Amino acid sequence: MLPGSALPAIQVILDIGDLPIGLRTADSGFAGMLQARYAGFVTPGVRPAAEFDIELVSPETMSPDDDLRVTTVAGRWTFERGDFRAEFDPAVRRGHIRQSASPYAIDSVLRIVHTLLLAGTGGFLLHAASGMRNGRALLFAGQSGAGKTTIASLAPNDVTLFSDEVSYVRRLPEGYRSYGTPFTGELAKPGANRSAPVGALYLLVKGGANRIEPVGPAEAVRRLLENILFFARESSPVVQLLQTACEFVSQVSVYRLTFLPDARVWEMIV
Amino acid sequence: MMTQYIARSSRIASRLLEGEMIVVSAEDSALFSLNEIATAIWLAADGRTPLREIVEQRVCAVYEVDPETALRDAEELVRGLCAHGILLTSDRPFPEAV
Repeated sequence: MLPGSALPAIQVILDIGDLPIGLRTADSGFAGMLQARYAGFVTPGVRPAAEFDIELVSPETMSPDDDLRVTTVAGRWTFERGDFRAEFDPAVRRGHIRQSASPYAIDSVLRIVHTLLLAGTGGFLLHAASGMRNGRALLFAGQSGAGKTTIASLAPNDVTLFSDEVSYVRRLPEGYRSYGTPFTGELAKPGANRSAPVGALYLLVKGGANRIEPVGPAEAVRRLLENILFFARESSPVVQLLQTACEFVSQVSVYRLTFLPDARVWEMIV
Repeated sequence: MMTQYIARSSRIASRLLEGEMIVVSAEDSALFSLNEIATAIWLAADGRTPLREIVEQRVCAVYEVDPETALRDAEELVRGLCAHGILLTSDRPFPEAV
């Protein structure tokens, strides 16, 4: 049961990126929302890598305009925004989330938790659309307006969409692997719960013609860093972040993809 | 004229790639990319060598540039990097020079 609650907790386990996270709530309506929103990623019976108790509060008790703040004190993470406040102890992999019933709050918390858990392993979440074609994951990175949703919506049928907004990258002994995520952008379509070795990273640029050009390591690292989700405000994670970006660029081919909003761009992407 | 010393902040991460210095600030995760000359100054920012000397040795000795112009440009660069907190400046050598 949740602390201070007389109701039994319902646990919903979301397995995103092979990193199952258990979310426990006493509110059956909220649990139902989680199961519906993250349908392809709900995996009952899996042992969670991290667990959170969720305490739902009235939106009136929150400060919706507050910006996101992430802090670490004595090894415990705290991340809070106007619509949520969460704490997590990575040593015991348990945490607590206080939030309104908004799906956007839990979505943000999940993105942050995965980012923090991945950071120590050389993995990251990336502002990128992604999909799998011919057994390889292809990442299409860019900030808002760069064309992530466009490139995802133009994908032909043989592409399995991983995300149109936030892509998930893990560093494994055999190389980098990308996973589908339920984190959606304008397409509002969750990615498939599949994974594949990363084949290439494309840096999106809207232009007057379809063109693919290789990108040198310095520019690749710069552009990658611009698109990695990162929340820490300390020296050590920043050093790690730069190391992660350099390592990724040393192993994965990076291209600039200038494209027209036209399905023919996918003829160039194999 | 006051002697100026410069040192890299400890709250950054940096990496030299193809002659271009990539610097990430731990304060706000801001990303900086330094060109060839700025990189030369950055690498020489050991907290002990006066800026004027750095400019003479790392800029004027390598590039065809008027020393006063080079120093003026370097001071402007230093002001900019200091404003972002990734470089530190002092009128005396830094006690724990990098």
